[in-house]
Amino acid sequence: MSVAPHVVNTSVAPGVWSRIPALHWLRTQLFSSPLNTLLTLLTIWLLLATVPAMVDWVFLNSAVTATSAQECRKVTGACWAVIVEKHRLILFGVYPYEEQWRPLVATLLLIGVIILSGVRRFWNLSLLVFWVTALTGAAVLMWGGVFGLTHVENSRWGGLPLTLMLSTFGIAFAFPLGIVLALGRRSNMPAIKTICIVYIELIRGVPLISLLFMSAVMLPLFLPEGLTIDKLLRAQVAIILFAAAYMAETIRGGLQAIPKGQFEGADSLGLTYWQQTRLIVLPQALKIVIPPLVGLFIALFKDTSLVVIIGIFDLTQAAKAALVDQAWRGFSIEIYVFISAIYFVFCYSMSKYSQSLEKRLATEH
Amino acid sequence: MADAIISMKDVNKWFGKFQVLRNINLEVTAGERIVICGPSGSGKSTLIRCINRLEEHQKGRIAVEGNEITNDIRQVEAIRRDVGMVFQHFNLFPHLTVLQNLTLGPIWVLKTPKAEAEARAMEYLERVRIAEQAGKFPGQLSGGQQQRVAIARSLCMDPKVMLFDEPTSALDPEMVKEVLEVMVNLAEDTGMTMLVVTHEMGFARKVADRVIFMDEGEIIEQNTPDAFFDHPQNERTKLFLSQIIH
Repeated sequence: MSVAPHVVNTSVAPGVWSRIPALHWLRTQLFSSPLNTLLTLLTIWLLLATVPAMVDWVFLNSAVTATSAQECRKVTGACWAVIVEKHRLILFGVYPYEEQWRPLVATLLLIGVIILSGVRRFWNLSLLVFWVTALTGAAVLMWGGVFGLTHVENSRWGGLPLTLMLSTFGIAFAFPLGIVLALGRRSNMPAIKTICIVYIELIRGVPLISLLFMSAVMLPLFLPEGLTIDKLLRAQVAIILFAAAYMAETIRGGLQAIPKGQFEGADSLGLTYWQQTRLIVLPQALKIVIPPLVGLFIALFKDTSLVVIIGIFDLTQAAKAALVDQAWRGFSIEIYVFISAIYFVFCYSMSKYSQSLEKRLATEH
Repeated sequence: MADAIISMKDVNKWFGKFQVLRNINLEVTAGERIVICGPSGSGKSTLIRCINRLEEHQKGRIAVEGNEITNDIRQVEAIRRDVGMVFQHFNLFPHLTVLQNLTLGPIWVLKTPKAEAEARAMEYLERVRIAEQAGKFPGQLSGGQQQRVAIARSLCMDPKVMLFDEPTSALDPEMVKEVLEVMVNLAEDTGMTMLVVTHEMGFARKVADRVIFMDEGEIIEQNTPDAFFDHPQNERTKLFLSQIIH
């Protein structure tokens, strides 16, 4: 390793270290103490042990153009051909093959409206118009039955659009519900306060899996005969109720951080409770909790994969379905890497966006 | 008094077991300027905070313009519209610009059209000599500037009474003057009814019609500034004045 001679050099000619900027940086940043030197060497060893092998597997020894599973098996690295072969199943599940442009357009509509929601210029009534249009459009495309589109049962929906729908609606409804619960828990009215506390503590005391299971298996038992609520809708409601309880506590943390003087300042102007909450308290409280709140959004996005246990065909389940094909057995790593990459792109975008939002909303010095 | 804009009768208040206000009786006529002073913990801040119901009194009667303060939140909001307040720590809204801080009340409470509210806000910012800062956030201003913005914010509501709760206590010494100047101008130019809790005795002499001395929740003594400072009657007043005037 090239590090060793430099270490020797220090004792011989220490002047070199401070004269050359790059070396000076090395010394102060990486080798400033025995412990740091050890950690640096350890890190270098780890990188050398893993990165080349990974690069080999992902790029150098991989195959993208293999035409059959046999050909793929000869490849020592990753065989991305399996993705090429199975991507429609992974992305759209068992949605009728010839109609898969419909979930594709629906997905793009959803992603489009999410991106537009991030642009501050549209933070007004136009956003509502966008959402209603996009959601109506997505629903019409997915369901069909009008405009000459064939009807597709929602039990055949699957893959990425389903994951996106579950998480988008999940966030869109859980967030306002969380705000209401957080305000309710701080209310002076004992009944409202108690209801909110009981709700939050009950939901937080139960794993999401069991909530989903209850929604799928138990709820139909309690409903009167003849009344059925769609399984997908039930799962969606379970996700919303679950996420709202967590968001409520995070948002309450933000509310606690608002100094008493802000309430008094607002009171002294004669603002009503709701004006005060909307104009003074929430904008500041929500700004404080952007980091943990986005953490919850990301968790919710990934938690939607738990709907597999009640047989809903989301992205993860679609990936598992792609593994079942006998001919293409043994390429699970490639497929899981592929869907992980999809999850990562969405989660990382959320994270990046929240950072830029924090910067834009900063008003204090 | 029939023309009293604020009237307090036998007002008592407790924080738990501790009595902070004892049998307060106070009548304020329109246009009157009152300075309230006293040692810390004497209940002077609590007294003025009862006038706009930031604190609740437990016994007695408080009326503003003849309307008694009760638990009726509508009534309280109506009174708060007419009673402006300036706080020790400014209590500006840090997420809004100076201009937005000023127009918030007029737009949402008084339902003033936005353009009109902004024009009036700029007038008041001129008056407190800070118009060039309209687009900044409170966090970018000095303490003295923030307090002047806070005064302008209250004035934008076109109040009948202004309450000042130790408006200069949190300021660096060199900024006290600019805030006091604004308050003196307000008193002299507009004839605003003012209740000011402060230890600025120069200000009291200059603008007050009446100085009230409080101790242990009671009004001990009240008089015109000259009489109050030059011939204090009560021993506790004398002690207090000897402590603050060096």
